[in-house]
Amino acid sequence: MSDDVVIRLRGIRNQFGSNVVHDDLDLDIRRGEIVGVVGGSGTGKSVLLRTIVGLQRPVAGTVDVLGTDILEGTEEERMAVQTRWGVLFQDGALFSSLTVRENVEVPLKIASDADRETRVALAELKVTMSGLPASAYGKYPSELSGGMRKRAGLARALSLDPEIVFLDEPTAGLDPIGAAEFDQLIAKLRNALGLTVFMVTHDLDSLHAICDRIIVLAEKTVLASGTIAELSRFDHPWVDSYFNGPRARAAELSAEATKG
Amino acid sequence: MRAGGDLSLAHIRAISEAIEGLPGDGEVTLDLSDVRRLDTAGAWSLLRYADTVKAAGGKVRIAGASDAHTALIDTVREDRVQERPEPEVRRLSDRLEALGRQVVSALWLALDVAGYLGLFLSRLGRAALNPREFRLTALVRHCEEVGLRALPIVALMAFLIGVILAYQGAAQLRQFGAEVFVVDLIAVSLLRELGILLTAIIVAGRTASAFTASIGSMKMREEVDAMRTLGIDPVQALIVPRVLALVIVLPILGLVANLSGLVGGAIMAWIELGISPETFRIRLANYDNFLNAMAGFIKAPVFAMLIGIVGCYAGMQVQGNAESLGMMTSKAVVASIMLVIVADGLFSIFFLRVGI
Repeated sequence: MSDDVVIRLRGIRNQFGSNVVHDDLDLDIRRGEIVGVVGGSGTGKSVLLRTIVGLQRPVAGTVDVLGTDILEGTEEERMAVQTRWGVLFQDGALFSSLTVRENVEVPLKIASDADRETRVALAELKVTMSGLPASAYGKYPSELSGGMRKRAGLARALSLDPEIVFLDEPTAGLDPIGAAEFDQLIAKLRNALGLTVFMVTHDLDSLHAICDRIIVLAEKTVLASGTIAELSRFDHPWVDSYFNGPRARAAELSAEATKG
Repeated sequence: MRAGGDLSLAHIRAISEAIEGLPGDGEVTLDLSDVRRLDTAGAWSLLRYADTVKAAGGKVRIAGASDAHTALIDTVREDRVQERPEPEVRRLSDRLEALGRQVVSALWLALDVAGYLGLFLSRLGRAALNPREFRLTALVRHCEEVGLRALPIVALMAFLIGVILAYQGAAQLRQFGAEVFVVDLIAVSLLRELGILLTAIIVAGRTASAFTASIGSMKMREEVDAMRTLGIDPVQALIVPRVLALVIVLPILGLVANLSGLVGGAIMAWIELGISPETFRIRLANYDNFLNAMAGFIKAPVFAMLIGIVGCYAGMQVQGNAESLGMMTSKAVVASIMLVIVADGLFSIFFLRVGI
């Protein structure tokens, strides 16, 4: 069903000076998927994410998110679609002058007509959903650890009940226990809120644990896409060493151990 | 009761109004089978309504919800705020305590700055004994950055001060027919006080902040820690060249300021009072004014040391985040200007006592 495609990229070309990052890249993301984007350094994973959310203007191609043309749409259309997605930047990108609760309230203030009491309650609900204790509500980002900042960033990304969340390396810099918890959190929220998740990640454990589909960026385009099992049979040197390397095996074993 | 349509954040106001119209107690059954979209805001509203009914002794049953909606309501129920930490109340005693802490920390700060001064001097001494440790390239670069680049602004500022002094002095002195004393007015105020003081203030604003920002950003990116683990002494590598550069160039900047201020004053005296440059020169060149100029220059290295040490010290205090960098930069500027003015006052008293 074509209706179910929430993100549609066609013929994307991104370049910085003479360095072409993406060339003629096509991508479809369907509703309700957790999609992991992998690729070597410099293959433009973050650039792809920034392209979809409109922070990076491609040289050529079209970006269609939730039926809105991100590049050619009017200001109002783009503003409207921005309330339907949430973005978690690598280090949370929380506003440093606001407390955690105020950070989560920011999108609510802008995009809803809820009164103050409701806003506070909803913000606190989202912070709790993201796995932070009540004592974190009034803290400033500088008082939080890296993992807590990510959770707070996730709470802000979720504050408007978006349909899509974009996660830029959500588990990078977390210890393995924190990373596994974060994976479970994302899976739980996906099930509860019916999210579509687009995540850039290097974490093989995350890919095994929660991703429905994996997209491999290489050679300036989407080289392959599929489940881990499909990709480990894919015939390409980089894909092969990524999914059949020693770390991939270890991640696979630990994923089986958790499931089994 | 039946609910339908979108129970979502976009309609949160309408939802709360609709809920106010519902019975406040008794047995209520909410049928959600017509709800198309339910989000956390909608689920939260329903649960809050259930709470108020329960508080009034009634009960709300939710029926007809789809599996996804039930799951969402359950998640929200779990994560709803149970207890919120008590907000801290600030009492008078807390405020007093905060004041006391600030005073103590200011005292510690003075001690710390004195410690850095000692550190700077000891490393300078070590560099004098082992010239190989000394970083000449860095020194020259900082001299250029701190001195040469500051020349235009310092010269312009002093020129304008000279012009203003001559203009205002002329207006006052003309009343007594003592126009020619405008030269002494300019000489004393510029050579003894303003030339060096204002140069130091400009340099404090320009350079103390630059020192704090550059050392602070290195501290933020753990470059300073990296230096330590590589056996490089950050004081020798970062602080000595900067402070020394300032000590070298501040007297030169002061000299330029004095000269350009005198030129400005002479031009204005010529235009306003008809005092020819020749007369100006003859009245200016005497032993007293030589002493005035010396009294000014003696202060320059001290001011330079204060500005440099405070700037570098503040940079080393930067923590891992960007706010602390901004905070320390502005603190460095304020503290170094304050210290320069206080030191200038002490010098004035000293010179008066010894009769220079």
